[in-house]
Amino acid sequence: MAEIFFSYIWPVIIMVAQSLLLLVILLVAIAYVLLADRKIWAAVQMRRGPNVVGPWGLFQSFADLIKFVLKEPVIPSGSNKGVFLLAPLVTCVLALAAWAVIPVNVGWAIADINVGVLYIFAISSLMVYGIIMAGWASNSKYAFLAAVRSAAQMVSYEVSIGFVIITVLLCAGSLNLTAIVNAQDTKYGALGWYWLPLFPMFIVFFISALAETNRPPFDLVEAESELVAGFMVEYGSSPYMMFMLGEYVAIVTMCAMATIMFLGGWLSPLPFAPFTWIPGVVWFSLKVLFMFFMFAMVKAIVPRYRYDQLMRLGWKVFLPLSLAMVAIVAGVLQYGGLAAGAVK
Amino acid sequence: MIAALFFYLFAGLCVASAFMVIASKNPVHSVLYLILAFVNAAGLFVMIGAEFLAMILIVVYVGAVAVLFLFVVMMLDVDFAELKQGALQYLPIGLLIGGIFIAELLLVVGAWVIGPGVPQAIVAPIPTGISNTEAIGLVLYTKYVYFFQAAGMILLVAMIGAIVLTLRHKERVRRQSIAEQVARTPAMSIEVVKVRTGQGLGSNSFGSNP
Repeated sequence: MAEIFFSYIWPVIIMVAQSLLLLVILLVAIAYVLLADRKIWAAVQMRRGPNVVGPWGLFQSFADLIKFVLKEPVIPSGSNKGVFLLAPLVTCVLALAAWAVIPVNVGWAIADINVGVLYIFAISSLMVYGIIMAGWASNSKYAFLAAVRSAAQMVSYEVSIGFVIITVLLCAGSLNLTAIVNAQDTKYGALGWYWLPLFPMFIVFFISALAETNRPPFDLVEAESELVAGFMVEYGSSPYMMFMLGEYVAIVTMCAMATIMFLGGWLSPLPFAPFTWIPGVVWFSLKVLFMFFMFAMVKAIVPRYRYDQLMRLGWKVFLPLSLAMVAIVAGVLQYGGLAAGAVK
Repeated sequence: MIAALFFYLFAGLCVASAFMVIASKNPVHSVLYLILAFVNAAGLFVMIGAEFLAMILIVVYVGAVAVLFLFVVMMLDVDFAELKQGALQYLPIGLLIGGIFIAELLLVVGAWVIGPGVPQAIVAPIPTGISNTEAIGLVLYTKYVYFFQAAGMILLVAMIGAIVLTLRHKERVRRQSIAEQVARTPAMSIEVVKVRTGQGLGSNSFGSNP
């Protein structure tokens, strides 16, 4: 009995505890990230932003949470009820599932799997289902148009994200997220991270991540001037909140991906004593917050794209650019003798 | 024990959702069940240690192919009551085709021969210390490189074919030429005119003023 307990049940308890801890921290962080988004947006427009609930509006997100949960969920009678309710769940669960493999410090990942990058890529390519299901099940023209737009947009930008990831993988020689961060651990500190050698790819990844998460200026999925609220038009109360939660978790996931692949994950930017004493998780959080700040600034500053321009940018600019970079990076690594791994 | 539990979970769900693909009345539900079947198959791949294949299955089939599939099905406006009416009429021929397929499957499985190269491959298994991503790459780009390239060529031809079939250049459609826009200078697009009070613009490049 004791053997069964220690070999089967105890690891499960530990895994569940770790996952719960990560979830709680992540959700609280999301609450403040959401607030930060609104505050930054407000500051750019010289407004105050939410400032009523709690000191400086710090409890605004929790007030919103309570409001959403207590509201009555309305399910349109013409909708396909099962799929209608499944869609927000899919979005939310998939977004949270991506965090299972993200290492926030050395060894601080729920599952440090060999194909971590591919796992996150797979999860983010599944995110489109939440939107399509919502758009179809709502039985509304606005929602359906938004779903059509979003699927085309996400599939387009996934392609260039894939190529950007391949350039990083070529340099790091591994699909494991921890190994990718360790490959950036050089004596040059911040200058040795991949944002510098792969600079154009960092920008391509950043813009593609904006498009992939339907953030402004690529938020044509929910462009309020054309589609009311896009695929979420029929949603209210808790289901709506789950969409919103999933969206913000996906954004933070993309920030974490950029941090791991281009900004050296948990590594200190200055690789000597007083800075290396700071725990890696602090550096990781700071970098993710920096990336999110950039996301929020883009939202506040850049006007919305037109849909054909969005498609042109994805297919005619980013795809050839990233494809060329894959060839160039592979060539430089091979003939410069810099290739990671055993095959020479 | 846990491995067996998860195997039966994935396998059971996979078979059940595969059955629901053909059993459910709504075609969109069918596609959603198909996606569930794909995901469970990916789970089975993970169970046998082929995590790279599992992820590629999800990225390619679920993330791209099934999305397009779902689109086509969502766009189709099919009256299913009408379709179901003739079902009984076509039952014999359907059964016949199904029977032929089962017979063929049985023939294929019955005549299963293990390839001549396989025993050597088993004798020299994947070297330890290599992840299966690397292992696949080592075989795919060396031993099977011609097949790999041939598959790539076929896909390229299919892609070009699809583009050729669907590309239409409509007349009289205004298109945005980004290069032209970027190349414009102020001298090309702005004219500064001094307008005297009471005289208007007159008949210059801005058009005649009646």
